[in-house]
Amino acid sequence: MSTTTPRDLARPASAKASPAKPRRGLRGSSTFNFWLFTGPFLIGLAIFVYAPILWSLWLSFFEARFTVTPDKFIGFDNYTYMLTNDDFVGSLGTFTVFAAFIVPTTWALSLGLALLVNRMRFMRAFFRSVFFLPTAVSYVAASLIWKMSIFSGVRFGLMNTVLGWFGIDNIAWLIDPNPPWYWLVIVTARLWLQAGFFMILFIAALQNIPDELYEAAAIDGAKPGWQTFRYITLPQLRATSTAVILLLLIAAYQAFDEFYNLLSKTTWGRPPLVELYYKALGESQDYGAGSAGALILTVLICAVTLLQGKIMGFGRGDESK
Amino acid sequence: MPDVQKTAPPADKPRRVRRGGGVMSSTGLYIATGVAAFLFLIPFYIIVRNALSTDAEITGENWKIFPTDLQWGNISELFTDETVPFAQSLWNSTVVATLHTVGVLLVCSLAGYGLARIPYKHANKVFYAVLGTLMVPTAVTFVPSFVLVSSLGWVDTYRGLIIPGLFSGFTCFLFRQYFLGFPKELEEAARMDGLGYWGAYWRVVVPNSLNFFAAMATITFINGWNAFLWPLVIGQDPSSWTVQVALSSYMTNQVVVFHMIFMATAVSILPLVFVFLFLQRWLVQGIAQTGIKG
Repeated sequence: MSTTTPRDLARPASAKASPAKPRRGLRGSSTFNFWLFTGPFLIGLAIFVYAPILWSLWLSFFEARFTVTPDKFIGFDNYTYMLTNDDFVGSLGTFTVFAAFIVPTTWALSLGLALLVNRMRFMRAFFRSVFFLPTAVSYVAASLIWKMSIFSGVRFGLMNTVLGWFGIDNIAWLIDPNPPWYWLVIVTARLWLQAGFFMILFIAALQNIPDELYEAAAIDGAKPGWQTFRYITLPQLRATSTAVILLLLIAAYQAFDEFYNLLSKTTWGRPPLVELYYKALGESQDYGAGSAGALILTVLICAVTLLQGKIMGFGRGDESK
Repeated sequence: MPDVQKTAPPADKPRRVRRGGGVMSSTGLYIATGVAAFLFLIPFYIIVRNALSTDAEITGENWKIFPTDLQWGNISELFTDETVPFAQSLWNSTVVATLHTVGVLLVCSLAGYGLARIPYKHANKVFYAVLGTLMVPTAVTFVPSFVLVSSLGWVDTYRGLIIPGLFSGFTCFLFRQYFLGFPKELEEAARMDGLGYWGAYWRVVVPNSLNFFAAMATITFINGWNAFLWPLVIGQDPSSWTVQVALSSYMTNQVVVFHMIFMATAVSILPLVFVFLFLQRWLVQGIAQTGIKG
């Protein structure tokens, strides 16, 4: 925030103040002003967020292929179809595996980087920039680098070149789901892209831990290092950790870009959004089933968010993107 | 959600005491961080190296650290190539990300201010209606949103690419948190001068919040530039592709021209890296200030 004092602040307050309404003496009614400020946003929210959700709810009860104004009511058939559809249920499984990989690794890596950078006395801005820089890169660009160069399944791929130095044969990272090496590709790409952002959140939180806690611990004989980390740093980071895990979970639910680009021609390894994309906007254009799937997903996300909030004592959810 | 901390320390405030030290020596610390930094920089190096190489060198048996001859001609080749309208997509992205940023800042900051500062008896209900949209991740609503936008006839248009994304509950929420921490005294002075809410907002609140606006603008611009799913759905004709959709087309195309792919990737990243390095301080403080912390 700028420190310059506005010209108005310097004026004697008594000069023009109207004594009748000292505190709420603004022109125009509050109600009118409230709608003046929030109105444009709320109208947009109603049209582009609430209306699609309601329309989607409506569509999900109809047979809606190739049309958005269907007339054949089919009740919960779309829901039972999606819940018994192997591809959709499998995509929920894909998400679960993905979250099990990406949430703990990002949490640990971003916390580790924050601890490292936070202890530096020289060059901390430089290292912070290096770790933060990938945040500027898109998932699409990262997918290109990962697929075409680092994890290219041929001899000139960087990973296969490095493995070759140790006499290990080429690995087809993305083409062959047995063994599922594609997880390594997907998880490292996202780790690289998002660890720096969460590192910043941890750095901010680390700097808010009062020094007195460490001093008191030192007096009580706690050894610096693991003991102070375990009994002071980690508990003090609890709120931030909870927020980070929640943001990571929601971001994982929304995974689309790298799965779509890295595994575009495969039928395996599809998370829910990619599956819905093909279901609703692919050849069958099945808006009814797609909407039902989207709503199932929404309910799941809300349930997980609330559950996690209950477990970790965190009231509300946000999304980071 | 914790409130925004208006006295949040700058992220690069020097440490007063050494915390949790002892386990790792200073040398060990720098070696560990250096190795991590090296790994983080490899992808950037790969882009630049491959963008300035010939295909033969990219796919050659022996991995060379530097290309033998830097192929600066790859840049012009990228823009004259007929198969992917890359220049057009760069222009589309520039227009879309810029208007997206201006629109989001305008609409969401006004709403955030209204929610934070203007007394109205139903303000809480309105706020919960906004918060509720955070529970439904925007990406999950892409099917119905596409249905809506296509029925408006906005497929393949700037309107379709920009307008639906302007109403971000999350950005509105961040602005509200920020304005809750804005010093009331400044506004009260404006009121003494007889300004209404509207005048006080534009003449006092906004000019004194430029740091926060700059941070939010940077984040919003990066998100706008990097958005993929929505532009992929809306941009059906190549002339309305954004740069991310154009990049993605290289991955699904049958013909793979490596140096073009990497030159395109480099060109798509470069503007953001510059923005990033210039505005880094604001960005870091802005993120630390947004209230996503304990």
